[in-house]
Amino acid sequence: MGIKQSFLLALKSLAVSKVRALLTMLGIIIGVAAVIVIISLGDGMQKMMNDQFESLGANLIQVSVWGSGSSRSVAPEDMYKLVADNPDYLRAVSPYVQVSGVSVRSTREAFTPGSILGVSEDYDSIRGMTLSQGRFLQYVDVLRQQKVCVVGSYVNKEYFDGQAVGQQLSIGGYTYIVVGVLSESAESRKGTDDDQIVLPYTNAMSLAGSRVSAYMFTGADKDTASVSRTIIEKRLEKIFGDDDYFMVITSAEMLDIMNTMMNTMMVVLVAIAAISLLVGGIGIMNIMLVSVSERTREIGIRKSLGAKRRDIRSQFIIEAGTTSAIGGVIGIGFGLLAANVAGTLISGLDGAEGFAAVPSLGAIALAFGVSVGVGVLFGYLPANKAAKLNPIDALRYD
Amino acid sequence: MGHLIEFRQVYKIYQMGDTAVHALDGVDITIDKGEFVAIVGQSGSGKSTAMNIIGCLDVPTRGQYFLGGTDVSTMDDDQQAVIRNKMLGFIFQQYNLIPKLNVLENVELPLLYAGVPERERRERARSALERVGLADKSKNLPSQLSGGQQQRVSIARALAGSPSVILADEPTGALDSRTGREVLHFLKQLNREGDTVVLITHDNSIAVMADRIIRLQDGKVIYDGDAHDPRAVVQPHLPGEDEEVGA
Ligand SMILES: Nc1ncnc2c1ncn2[C@@H]1O[C@H](COP(=O)(O)OP(=O)(O)OP(=O)(O)O)[C@@H](O)[C@H]1O
Ligand SMILES: [Mg+2]
Repeated sequence: MGIKQSFLLALKSLAVSKVRALLTMLGIIIGVAAVIVIISLGDGMQKMMNDQFESLGANLIQVSVWGSGSSRSVAPEDMYKLVADNPDYLRAVSPYVQVSGVSVRSTREAFTPGSILGVSEDYDSIRGMTLSQGRFLQYVDVLRQQKVCVVGSYVNKEYFDGQAVGQQLSIGGYTYIVVGVLSESAESRKGTDDDQIVLPYTNAMSLAGSRVSAYMFTGADKDTASVSRTIIEKRLEKIFGDDDYFMVITSAEMLDIMNTMMNTMMVVLVAIAAISLLVGGIGIMNIMLVSVSERTREIGIRKSLGAKRRDIRSQFIIEAGTTSAIGGVIGIGFGLLAANVAGTLISGLDGAEGFAAVPSLGAIALAFGVSVGVGVLFGYLPANKAAKLNPIDALRYD
Repeated sequence: MGHLIEFRQVYKIYQMGDTAVHALDGVDITIDKGEFVAIVGQSGSGKSTAMNIIGCLDVPTRGQYFLGGTDVSTMDDDQQAVIRNKMLGFIFQQYNLIPKLNVLENVELPLLYAGVPERERRERARSALERVGLADKSKNLPSQLSGGQQQRVSIARALAGSPSVILADEPTGALDSRTGREVLHFLKQLNREGDTVVLITHDNSIAVMADRIIRLQDGKVIYDGDAHDPRAVVQPHLPGEDEEVGA
């Protein structure tokens, strides 16, 4: 018998008992919907994380140095040389000095910015920063410790009425001239990257009274991040004679770790959802067994007319597969809907503005395939039972 | 050229605890192409058992059954399915139509299992329905037809696969006498057109429609010959059991 016939027949028997069909499908519907929701949200989460890392600089390598307490330390020149010596793996470096506890005043008022950073003239390109007004720090500023700074968009708006360039700013008692304003990156909110003041690291060192304790590198490529890291680590180890006094973190590797964690979590969640699919499969098996015994006489008739075992078997397997496939389609529908609602809710949360639940075509195809597979798998036993019925016993059955 | 149907010492024995029921007890029967044979006998005499074996729905416990010259008594389920599909057409007392399928789809079933392509299947099913005068009901469900009409559908279904033998087990049993006669006349006509018909009944007045009667009693053949021989319709009287006539 043709697949088309079996398929139409299956649809017919489903249409006859709609409530039963729906109850049979329930496990499949729930399981498939759960899988779709989990994969959609997981993918959305991963995408958001990737985007955030991307904005941080995907090739960023952060180095923290806390020294050995002795006179040994890393000079910025050492790090610049490292970049110059390894052009295939390292692109640029900037010292990174955080200044805290100094007073800051605009011409109008005293305020506390989110952060005060001392960096080099390459920092903007390392972090992928752009300016909305003026210019960034320049080599001469760093070299001559000129009293110039660049401010974030929040500082510009809040304390300079959006006209910061050329204005004076007092930092730790020294008067600085604002030479540039950074483009907005976090909706100009307080405490974010938009609420910072950037000055030459040479100035920051004197303000903070400390040596450079951190560096930001740009690696050449995400894929060679671990090589880049090793190069930096080797150099630092040579300086300190030990690897306990510093730490090197690459964005790419961090992202890898986080992605691995996310994937593991998703596998676990999908496995839990799969239990529902299993229950759904057993439900289908149960109903198919009932259906086989209800239709024993029909099976007898079909056999008397020349149906072979495989004709009967495929009829019932196709029926089970059709049932679970329809359940799968309904589940996919519900899943997409739920993922969409959840995605909208999540994107309304703070810090998750860019979030979108993105159900991939692959996930949908997989969910559909699995639901058909479950039906076929769990339909096999009842179908085989039907196929093996003795024609004469089946015909006599009431 | 051998016989179309040949039983050689066929036994069908049901073991019921300690006792063995000999539903068929060493039966030798031959039926040739084009014959119209009635198998008669009282209830429990083994008629249906014989028909099930002829129809390849069941296998003998012992003995051989040749259909069209090949021994089918030792075939497996699927091989017998092919034989049923190609050579046999069944007409059951209870019609045995599939309620979910419409009349045309029911008639198409044997062709479907024979692998006949859709168009040809449609056509052959339709012409079989025309032969029984029900072409206009092809889209109806069986439940929307009268008993006589349903039985005619089952005849059309039996005819559709152009079988070598048409087997009818009490085909009029569920019908009133007038529609019953119609069905019988139809079988008679099929036989005149060349089909081999084996009719099973316990009713003498129906059996005489056939050319030849085979009478069974306790699984044994006690008469085999001309339907119009007076001995053919004489029921042997069993003590304590009254004969049911025209039930
Ligand atoms: N599956 C079975 N198990 C046990 N005994 C059976 C079975 N089928 C038939 N028999 C026995 O075999 C004998 C013949 O039965 P069969 O059905 O062939 O009779 P029949 O001539 O068709 O009777 P009726 O006219 O009532 O249909 C009976 O004694 C019956 O009890
Ligand atoms: Mg009987």
